Amino acid sequence: MMDLNSIWFLLIGVLLTGYAILDGFDLGVGALHLFTRGEADRRTLINAIAPVWDGNEVWLLTGGGALFAAFPAVYATVFSGFYLALVLLLLALIFRAVAMEFRGKVDSPGWRTFWDWSFGLGSALPALLLGVAFGNILRGIPIDAAGTFTGSFFGLLNPYAVLIGLLSLTLFSMHGATYLTVKTDGDLRKQMTGYASRLWMAFILLYIIATAYSLLEAPFLFRDLLGNPIFWVFFILFLAAGLLHPVALKGEKFFRAFLLSCIMVAGTIGLSAVSLFPLLVPSITDLAYSLTIYNASSTQGTLSVMLIIALIGMPFVIAYTWFIYRAFKGKVILGPDSY
Amino acid sequence: MDAVLLARLQFALTVGFHFLFPPITIGLAWLLVVVETLGWRKKDEAYVRIGKFFGKILGLTFALGVATGIVMEFQFGMNWEKYSRFVGDIFGAPLAAEGVFAFFLESGFLGLYLFGRGRVSRGVHWFSSLMVAVGATISAFWIIVANSWQQTPAGYEIRNGRAELTSFADAVFNPSTLVRYFHTVDAALVTGAFFMAGIAAFLILRGKEFELAKKALRLGVIVGLVASILQVVPFGHEHARQVARTQPEKFAAIEGLYTSQTGAPIVLFAYPMTKPPELKATLEIPGVLSWLAFGDPNAPIQGINEFPPYDIPPLWLTFVSFHNMVVLGVYFIIIMKIAAWKLFRGTIWSSPKLLKLLVWSIPLPLIACQLGWIAAEVGRQPWIVYHLLRTSDAVSVTVSAGEILTSIILFGLVYLFLGSLYVYLLVRKLKQGPEPAHAKEVFA
Repeated sequence: MMDLNSIWFLLIGVLLTGYAILDGFDLGVGALHLFTRGEADRRTLINAIAPVWDGNEVWLLTGGGALFAAFPAVYATVFSGFYLALVLLLLALIFRAVAMEFRGKVDSPGWRTFWDWSFGLGSALPALLLGVAFGNILRGIPIDAAGTFTGSFFGLLNPYAVLIGLLSLTLFSMHGATYLTVKTDGDLRKQMTGYASRLWMAFILLYIIATAYSLLEAPFLFRDLLGNPIFWVFFILFLAAGLLHPVALKGEKFFRAFLLSCIMVAGTIGLSAVSLFPLLVPSITDLAYSLTIYNASSTQGTLSVMLIIALIGMPFVIAYTWFIYRAFKGKVILGPDSY
Repeated sequence: MDAVLLARLQFALTVGFHFLFPPITIGLAWLLVVVETLGWRKKDEAYVRIGKFFGKILGLTFALGVATGIVMEFQFGMNWEKYSRFVGDIFGAPLAAEGVFAFFLESGFLGLYLFGRGRVSRGVHWFSSLMVAVGATISAFWIIVANSWQQTPAGYEIRNGRAELTSFADAVFNPSTLVRYFHTVDAALVTGAFFMAGIAAFLILRGKEFELAKKALRLGVIVGLVASILQVVPFGHEHARQVARTQPEKFAAIEGLYTSQTGAPIVLFAYPMTKPPELKATLEIPGVLSWLAFGDPNAPIQGINEFPPYDIPPLWLTFVSFHNMVVLGVYFIIIMKIAAWKLFRGTIWSSPKLLKLLVWSIPLPLIACQLGWIAAEVGRQPWIVYHLLRTSDAVSVTVSAGEILTSIILFGLVYLFLGSLYVYLLVRKLKQGPEPAHAKEVFA
């Protein structure tokens, strides 16, 4: 039987995976927007995510709230420690959100170019920064005995973390390109299929390098890993999806390719989570100062209340999210209500 | 400057800017539910077009609200690390519940409402407008829960150096939650109603879309009148009574009661001096404050002099913001009463002065919201959690004053830029007016 702390580790993982799968393709679409020419194509990209991006971002918001509620010490240490990086992340997300809404409101090329860049960079930067943050957590950050972050902003930009940042940017871009193969047609789809397969190659290459680098940089992640059955579940899923994704693309089974790319995203996060467990934030000052699911958690009472909230609320969320996605299924059609 | 002051300024800036948008969206969302209902059930084309027009404005406003809202949730950990550790066992749950029960609902269905015309049935489209309003209103509930717990903490015990939850129900329904919730949601209705009425008045003055604007104006004025009256009695009044009972320092500060007295007067006008605390040029009615707060004109009320100087909130700002909020609240009732009377008489269409006043009144409820929020939050000082944790003991140890200053400058510039563009795009949209009626019916 799992204890409540482990259940909350799992649930935070589910929320972050939900975010990475859903907003992951939004961020990828935004990054690819920088490489799209022509007004019709650009509008198609924006409108491919327009009705859903907002709901997708709520996964981040809920993940943040759940982290605060379940593991307040992690929330406090990491958010204050990553201060400037998070300011940048927030500003990027702000620009991305308003760019979609503002872009079509004034008919001037200069105006549109400005918001095109805002949308593109406002998507690419979070994809990169979230990876950098995640990389730092995997590698461990300087935390003292009181659980306080003692590092600096530039310390966060270490090569390992930057590599994980590039990995997540590549993964989200691949995921976004795969999503767009489902939502577009004709030349644009051909272009996106090309991006998706090239980004797939880049991702696999970076993933192998990142794994090797992790062995050197954070060997504690690999303790008892091979004996853990959950590791093998994620590994086999990840491997299978990774191998089948290019096959599906080649066979023009676009929706299948998208599902496989969702599994790749989930597998990437799942594998890192299995390696971390039961740590939440390793300390590189002394591994004994690490924040774990036990020393960083709320009380059992709060964890139970939160579990009840999640069990009541999340089934509804999943049901109506599914319903809304179904309403928008199929190719993007630019109409009077579109951006 | 010290980090505590900067962190407070940063929070004031980001929450103040964010809080311009939710009152508009909550209020407008409910008005749109009415509009969509009428458009659907009465098959009235004018209401369908009002829905489209204000739906676009809702979308624009919502984008700003979402964009600035994420900052709020991240900020507790970023700037207020020690606070987050102290309250995490209690404060995080309402924020997570807001996501699970409200924000998913609101955002998901907003997409369907704005972009789903023609893709879903008319009934589902109507339902999505309802879910946006319901989601926004539940969202407000959990945020008010979290903030009210800072004002009047309950359902906790101090253990292991932090507040630990003992009763979720007591923490959620702490002594100030419900009164503050009604006061805040009704403020949003007032804001939305002035928004709709003002925009409709603008269209009428420009001689545009008279039939459509008339209907929007009527709706705005009726809702505006009812909501403005309710805002004072019972909601504002009950909230004040709650503050008098649970946060006497705040009550004394906002009411300008600097010495304890029986039969305390209500101050209608005064200029507050802080050193020593006294009111100048005072206009007051004896006994009324005691009567309003405790139902007895002779009831004793504690003044600022009863509390140690290090436990009292800033006096000038709380008094001035609270009193100006009340002045605006009274103005809202008066202007809406006049408008409703002229509407009933059928003379409002030919009263350009009143229509102009309605247009210029659009931002006033937003100002009232900000003033009310300042009175509530500054009135809680010097505590971040009332009588449990001081604001000065709550900031992040790892974040330097320079870093906070950097973020204030960045957020300040970006918010100034986006705020100006919001106003520019809104005015532009109003000048363009609603889309022409020929757009054919997209519902099958």
